[in-house]
Amino acid sequence: MRNFVRFLFRRHDVQIGLIVVIMAACFSTISSGFLTPGNLMDMLESYSVMAIMAAGLLVVLISGGIDISFAAIAAVSQFLVAIILVRFGGNWFVAFSLAGLFGALLGVVNALLIYYLGAISVIVTISTMTFYFSILMFVTQGKSIYNLPNWFTSDISVLAIPFPVVVAAIALLLTLFLVSRLTIGRQIYGLGGNPEAAKRMGCNIVGLQCFVYGYSGFMAAVAGIVQAHRVEEVVPYALIGRELDVLAAVVLGGASLSGGVGTVSGTVLGIVLLAVLQNGLTLLGVSSYSFGVVTGIVILVSVSATAYAAKRQRKRSIRDAI
Amino acid sequence: MRLNASERGAFAMPSDFAPDSQVASRVRFAGFLPSDPTITMLGGLIAVAVLVFSTLTPNRFLSADTLRAIAFQMPELGILSLAMMVPLMSGGLNLAIIATANCSALVMAAILTRLIQPSMPSPGVAAIIALALLAGMLTSLGIGFLTGVIVAFLGVHPILVTLGTMTLVKGAAVLATSGTVIAGFPPAVLFLGNGTLIGFPVSLILFLLCATIVAVILTHAPFGVSVRMIGSNERATRYSGVPTEWVLVGVYVVSSLLCWVAALLMMARFNSASAGYAESYLLITILAAVLGGVDPFGGFGRVLGLCLSLVLLQVISTGFNLLGFSPYLTAAIWGATMILAIVIAMVRDRWISRSTR
Amino acid sequence: MMVPRELAEHDQPEPTPAFVEMLGISKRFSGVQALRNVSFTIRSAEIHCLAGENGCGKSTLIKILAGVYAPDEGTIILNQQAHSHLSPAASQRAGVQIIYQDLSLFPNLSVAENILFRRHLAMPSRLVRRAEIVKQAREVMARLGVNLPVEEVVGRLPIATRQLVAICRVLAAEARLVVMDEPTASLTHHEIDALLETVRGLKAHRIATVFVSHKLEEVMRIAERVTVLRDGSKVGTYPASEINRYRLTELMTGQKFETSLKPAFSSKTPPILEVRGLTRRGHYEEVDFLLRPGEILGIIGRLGSGRTELALSLFGMNPPDAGEVLIGGKPARLPTNRAAIRHGIGYVSEDRLSLGLVMPQSIADNIVISVLKKLTGVLGLIDGGRRRKSVNHWIDELHVKTRAPDRPVQELSGGNQQRVVLAKWLATDPRILILDSPTVGVDVGAKVGIYQIIDALAARGIAIIFITDEVEEVLHQTNRILVMLSRRITATLDPGKVTERELREAISA
Repeated sequence: MRNFVRFLFRRHDVQIGLIVVIMAACFSTISSGFLTPGNLMDMLESYSVMAIMAAGLLVVLISGGIDISFAAIAAVSQFLVAIILVRFGGNWFVAFSLAGLFGALLGVVNALLIYYLGAISVIVTISTMTFYFSILMFVTQGKSIYNLPNWFTSDISVLAIPFPVVVAAIALLLTLFLVSRLTIGRQIYGLGGNPEAAKRMGCNIVGLQCFVYGYSGFMAAVAGIVQAHRVEEVVPYALIGRELDVLAAVVLGGASLSGGVGTVSGTVLGIVLLAVLQNGLTLLGVSSYSFGVVTGIVILVSVSATAYAAKRQRKRSIRDAI
Repeated sequence: MRLNASERGAFAMPSDFAPDSQVASRVRFAGFLPSDPTITMLGGLIAVAVLVFSTLTPNRFLSADTLRAIAFQMPELGILSLAMMVPLMSGGLNLAIIATANCSALVMAAILTRLIQPSMPSPGVAAIIALALLAGMLTSLGIGFLTGVIVAFLGVHPILVTLGTMTLVKGAAVLATSGTVIAGFPPAVLFLGNGTLIGFPVSLILFLLCATIVAVILTHAPFGVSVRMIGSNERATRYSGVPTEWVLVGVYVVSSLLCWVAALLMMARFNSASAGYAESYLLITILAAVLGGVDPFGGFGRVLGLCLSLVLLQVISTGFNLLGFSPYLTAAIWGATMILAIVIAMVRDRWISRSTR
Repeated sequence: MMVPRELAEHDQPEPTPAFVEMLGISKRFSGVQALRNVSFTIRSAEIHCLAGENGCGKSTLIKILAGVYAPDEGTIILNQQAHSHLSPAASQRAGVQIIYQDLSLFPNLSVAENILFRRHLAMPSRLVRRAEIVKQAREVMARLGVNLPVEEVVGRLPIATRQLVAICRVLAAEARLVVMDEPTASLTHHEIDALLETVRGLKAHRIATVFVSHKLEEVMRIAERVTVLRDGSKVGTYPASEINRYRLTELMTGQKFETSLKPAFSSKTPPILEVRGLTRRGHYEEVDFLLRPGEILGIIGRLGSGRTELALSLFGMNPPDAGEVLIGGKPARLPTNRAAIRHGIGYVSEDRLSLGLVMPQSIADNIVISVLKKLTGVLGLIDGGRRRKSVNHWIDELHVKTRAPDRPVQELSGGNQQRVVLAKWLATDPRILILDSPTVGVDVGAKVGIYQIIDALAARGIAIIFITDEVEEVLHQTNRILVMLSRRITATLDPGKVTERELREAISA
C-alpha cells in the first residue's frame, strides 16, 4: 500500500492534480465566488481554445518533434473559412470540415519539409509560421472580418455546457483515444521514444510525421473556429503569440521536449492549473497584469522541480549518471 | 609535461603499426578563413538578391539611400540575433531575449524620465544617464544569471527555462508599467539610435563592435572554445575539466548583456520603452542565426555567417520595400529564404556525398 | 607473421542441414572492397561466432543477410532457394532477426508492447488489443522460460533485462536465426551467464544464433563454430573447440603478438598516491592502496564491480563518504575534477565516444581543451602560436595519424582517437593517470601502440592506474594487480606469480 502511494506521488499528473486541488481549495475558502458552477464554466470556456491547440501540440511533442506554426495555421484557416462562410454561407459541419482540411494540409506541409529536408522541426515550423502568418497579413492587410453569419456567432450550449467547452472535450477525448487506444498512437509514442527502432520495426516514418503534424494543424484550425465563435470576429493577429503559452501548458502537463512522454490527462491538468491560478487571482482582486509573473514562476518552479527530481534519481545509480 | 628533443620518439611504435612517416611534417592548420560552404552560399544569395533588385528598380536600389536604410535597420535585429546565437552555439536557446531587452529598457527609461528634471545641469544629466545604464545592465545581468543557473545547475532544457523567464520577465514589465509606454529621453540617448559618427550610424558601429567582440570571444577565448565544445557534448567537456556549469551561466549572461545593448538602441530609436516592443523579432533571430550557419544543435557557427544572413535579410526587405510591397510580404520571403537555405544545404550535401562515393 | 590459411576447415560436408548459405559474397563501397568472395554458412539451430576486428566486414556481411545491402557478387541460399540479394522483408519472412547492440527497444513502451510491436502495433491503424498483447507476451516469455514484468516500461529495466526483452521480441517474430551484435559489451559477469543460458534455450527451440563480436571470451563457452574475417576476406571457419584466445587473435590480425611479463617493479621513491579506507556506500567500500611514481597499477574487475566508481572518485567526480586520499604524502580534497587536475590527475574514460572526446569538434580543440587557461596571452585570449605548437607537438609525439588538426576527431580510427585522449591528458602535465579500459573498441594491432605509450609514460615517472576487465591485459601490462569484486578490493596479486586461470577465478568468484 505504501509503495502504491509512493508510486502515485511520483507520477507527474498526480502531482499537478494535487497542486490544482490545493489551489482550488485555497481559493474557494478565500473567495466564495470561486466554487460556483457559473465561475467554473466561465473558466473552462475561456481556456477551451488553448485546450484544443494543446491537444494537437501534445501529439507532436510525443512524436519527438515540436510545432511552432500551429497558431499561424489556426489564423490562416480561420480566415479562409470566414471568407467562405461570409460569401457562400454554410453550417457548423462545413465550417469545421473546411477548417480541419486547411489546417491538416498546412500541417502536412510542415511534415513533408521536416522529413524530406532532414531539418529539425523547430526551425522548419518557425519558418513556416513566419511564412503563413506574413502571407495572411499581406492578404488581409491586417483587417478583421466582423460580418460573420448569425448562426456562427450566437451562443450555443449543449446541456447547459457552452459550445467551446464541448468542442474542447471532444478534442481531448479524441486525442486520448488516439494516443492510447489506436495502434498509430502507440507508433507515435514509439517514434518519440526511439526513432531508429521505429524505422527498424517497419513503421512508416513519413506517414507518421504527416499524421502528427497534420493532426496538430487540424486541431489548431478547429481551435481557430471556436475562437472566432467566442469573440464573434476574425482578427488575423489574434492568435499569434499564443504558441509559447500553449507549449508552456503542455510542458506543465509533463510532456517532454525530447519526445515519447506525455499524457492527455497531464495536459488537461496543466491547462486547468493555469486556468485556476488566473481565475482565482482575479477573484481575489489581484491585477490581471500580474498573471505573467505568476505564470512565469509556475513554469520555472515546475520545470526546475521535475529536473531536480530526475537529477536526484540519476545520482543514485552512477552507472546511468556517468 | 614538457619533452625535450632527445626524448622525441619515445612513444614510437613498432614499424608494423607506424603511421605514414610523412604525417608529422605534413600537419597543417587551415587558414584564417577556411572555405565555408555556408558563407559561399550566403554570398551567392546576396549577390543574386542585389542583382535582381537592381534590375527591377534601376537607379533606386543601388543608391546611398538603400545603404543607409540597411545600415540603420540592421543593428537592432543584429544585436538580438547575436544574443540568440551565443546560447544556440552552446546547444541551448534563449527565448527571453526580447523580454530581457524590454525589461532593461523600461528600467533605464524609468530612471531617465523620473530623475531628470528640465532645469538640471548637464553633469547631473550625465550622472543620471550613467546610473540608468548601470541599472539596465544589472537588470539584464540578473536575468541572464538566473536563467543560466537554472539551465546549468538543474539541467532543465533551455527552451523550458527561457520560456519561464520570458513569461516572468515580461509579466514583471507589464505589472510594473500596467502595459503603458514610458517615453521622452535626453538627446544623448537618442543619439545612439539616430546619430552618425564620421558618416556611420552610431547604432551600426555599436553592432559591429558587439559582433567583433562576440566573434573574438567565440573563436579565441577559452570561454568561446568551451561554449562550442559544450554545444557538441557537454559531458565530455565536463570530463575534460571545463567548469561547464559556469560556462553555461556565462552564456546566458553574455546573451542578456547583448539584450541590454539592444535595449539601448530600441529606446533610442523609438524614444520610448514598453513591455511589448519587438516581439515579432524573437523567432526571426533564430531564423537569422540558423540561416547564418549556426547549428541549431549547437557547437558550430560563425559571426561572419550571421552578419551575412542579416545583410541578406535586410537586402530582401529593402528591395521589397522599394518595389512597394508590404512589410508582411517581406517577412514571408524571409521564411521562404530559410527553407530555401535548408534546401540548398541539403542538395549540396547530397551532391558532395555522391561525388566522393 | 602470417597464419597459414590451410588450417581452416574448408569445404567440409555439412553434418546438419544449412539454414542459410552465403556463397562468394563480394561488396564494394565507394572504392573500398568491404567483402571479397566470402562464404558463410549457418546451420539450423547452431551457435556460431562471427569474429574479426573493426572494419573487417562483419557488419557488412550481416547487413547483406538482413537485406539492408545487396551484394555485388555472390548467392544467398535461404530455405533451399537461391537469391542474388535479399530484401529486408524477405529476410525477416525467412526468420532472420538481428538484435543490434543498442537493442532498438522503445524505452517508453511496456515490455509487452515492445515484444509484440511488430505483430500488433506496427500495423495500419486499428484498435490496440491490450489483453491480447499481454497474453501473447506471456506466452513468448514462457517459451523462453523467463518471467519479465509485462506492464513495466522498458526504460526502467536494467540493461540485461532489456536484452531479454529484445530476445523475446525476436522469438515473437518467429525467428529461426538470431544475430546478436556485441551482446556482452555492457553486461556483468552473472548477466552474461544468464544470457548464454537463454541462448541455449533458443537452440532448444531450433533457433540458430550468431554472435558478432570482437571479444569472444565468454560466448566461446557455448559456441559450436567460429568464422573469422580479416580485411574483408574470410580466414576460415573453425570448430570452437580448436580455438583459444591467442589463436583467435592471430587469426583476426594475421600476426603473432609476443607477450612477456613486465620486470618486477622496485622503487623506493615515496608513493605519489595513497588511498586509505576510501568508501562510497553502494559504490565501493574500504579501498586501500599505494601507488608510486612510474608504477603501473592494474585494477581488474568486471562491470559493476565498483571499478569505474572508484576511478571517478579519484578524479573528483564521485565524492566518497569516508576515507582519505593522500597525494604526494599530503591529504588531498577532490571535490571536483578541476581539483583533481590541479593535483596532477588525469582520467581516460572507458566511454570514449560520449565522455572521452567531443567527437564533432576538431582534433586540435580536443587536445587543448583541458589546458585552455595555460595557452592564454593578451587580454586572456588564446595565443594562436602556442596553441598550434602544443597541438603539433602532441600529434607528433603520440603519432596521431592525421593530416589536418582542424578536422573533426570523429574522422579518426579508434586507436588514433585514443591517442588524442592521451594527448589531452598529457598536455595537463599529469603525475597520475587513470586509464579506465583504455583499449575498449581499439583493434588488437592498435592496442599494442597504446600499451607502448603507457609504458613510455610510466618510464618517465607518471604513476598509472590501469583499469580493465581483460585478464591477459592486466597480466602483461601492469606491475601489480588489485582485484575488485563486489565493490571491494579482494586481493593484491603479483603478475609474475599468478596464472591466468587463477586471476579469472578471482574476478568472478
